[in-house]
Amino acid sequence: MAIVILAAIALFLVYNAGRALTEVGLGTMLSGIQWYPTSDPGKFGMLPLVLGSLLVTGVALAVGVPVGVGAAVFISEFAGRRLKEVMKSVIEFMAAVPSVVYGLIGVAVLIPLVKDVFDLSSGLTALAGGIVLGVMSVPTIVSISEDALHAVPDDLRHGSAALGNTRWQTTFKVTLPSASSGIFAAVMLGLGRAIGETMAVLMLTGNAAVMPTSLFDSVRTMTGTIAAEMGEVVQGGLHYSVLFTVGLVLFAITFGINLAADLVLERQRKRWRR
Amino acid sequence: MVSVLSIADEGTAAIVVPRPSVDDRTAGIAESARGSFTLADVSVAYGDDLVIEGVDMEIPSRAVTALIGPSGCGKSTLLRCLNRMNDELGTVRVGGTITLDGQDIMRREVDPVELRMRVGQVFQRPNPFPMSIYDNVAFGPRTQGIRRRADLDALVEESLRGAALWDEVRKSLKKHAFELSGGQQQRLCIARALATKPEVVLMDEPASALDPISTQQIEDTIAELKSSVTIVIVTHNMQQAARISDRTAFMLRESLEEPAHLIEVGETKKMFTNPDDKRTESYITGRFG
Repeated sequence: MAIVILAAIALFLVYNAGRALTEVGLGTMLSGIQWYPTSDPGKFGMLPLVLGSLLVTGVALAVGVPVGVGAAVFISEFAGRRLKEVMKSVIEFMAAVPSVVYGLIGVAVLIPLVKDVFDLSSGLTALAGGIVLGVMSVPTIVSISEDALHAVPDDLRHGSAALGNTRWQTTFKVTLPSASSGIFAAVMLGLGRAIGETMAVLMLTGNAAVMPTSLFDSVRTMTGTIAAEMGEVVQGGLHYSVLFTVGLVLFAITFGINLAADLVLERQRKRWRR
Repeated sequence: MVSVLSIADEGTAAIVVPRPSVDDRTAGIAESARGSFTLADVSVAYGDDLVIEGVDMEIPSRAVTALIGPSGCGKSTLLRCLNRMNDELGTVRVGGTITLDGQDIMRREVDPVELRMRVGQVFQRPNPFPMSIYDNVAFGPRTQGIRRRADLDALVEESLRGAALWDEVRKSLKKHAFELSGGQQQRLCIARALATKPEVVLMDEPASALDPISTQQIEDTIAELKSSVTIVIVTHNMQQAARISDRTAFMLRESLEEPAHLIEVGETKKMFTNPDDKRTESYITGRFG
């Protein structure tokens, strides 16, 4: 069933992207560095959008992974039972906050902060969008990492303690390496979440579809582009079809990431079944 | 009642004091007497539930002492007192005094982390770490700060020889520990415990998850080891206790309302042929348990 739906989505995207794929060509779009869809003739270089997405996602991981994995380690290895319950509920609640709300908080708090700290003309940058995305990916990373740490048998922790290791040493030398594949999967799923997010980045990155040169530039992501331009295009037109191609590329990326994460998680599950 | 000398608390592992060298901590103790325990009026409570009461016994150096008794009589709990592993379990309180080579190991200022370097443990199920054979054995020494490759190589070989595993794995030290058989994994865990040069090795039913041939190999290993370390072994298998131990201690919890007691401890030969206590005789001859 799920496979049928996935295949249907892929087919739908390919069908609608058909005109762009034949008239412009996937290679031209992926390698083009100019995105002027409304000029005549339109220029549909997707590279600035792909790079924008990657840049924002990179920042998101740099923020989300240390915070998320750190929180998971604390919850799983150090927190008492009551604190553990409280933290888990708070983190679940974080996942339930709509992304627009994260965007609003970002606009009100983070944008002025980034502008002042780095002395920029505008705070609407890849950096700001990435930081907020990082925060948004934390719940995913925490809950899956925590599951992976929880799955490490206590036998191993006791074995390490019996060799004269402190709890910190045990965590870093035994528990974390044992859970590494699950944590990798958590990071991949967090990445999938970040790269697919639309609303918060649309509000925070400044939306300039040009080749980014640094984290302090305004960027436009693939998701942001689709959301911003879809309302203005002629249905069935070339621009319309190009936006579907952007969607197709995005779908391929997130599908690949999730598949990789699933394979790794499955390997981890097998590992402790002995 | 229980006089609480050691309250397990979550923070005990957080402070690491510089460890004295082997020579410092055993100064004044004859080499032959290293690794002997004296237990006096030892009691253990899980929360408010007293599970072991009034255990007095000597565990002599360089010998195998077996703890036997029916399931749930507190053998493993008593064993874990000897390296303070009960601290890891949260709500366990231990009363009385336990001394290792004359030093009271339950005092607060004794670092359990340091104690466990002197008193190693082998668990019921083999629990190798998910890393190579070499790294498993080198794990404890690395914790002690040994970094030089040559030193580690020597320790790894010596420990694997001690655990009678060297000949089987000498060519494949880089292999992942999970590729070994269950019996090999357990001998790897013994080697891992030996690598920190402990005075005592505690074994909690080390062969109960293994087939008869692997069990035989573990028993042979124990016989080899007792010339250099003190061994305390918990076992359900009375034939095993009779085969491998020099001294045997019989524990029994006579009803669920009362804590377990040490019924009798003595030379294994005497315990199995002419025990002093009627209950020991009944247990050994298979009338209960």
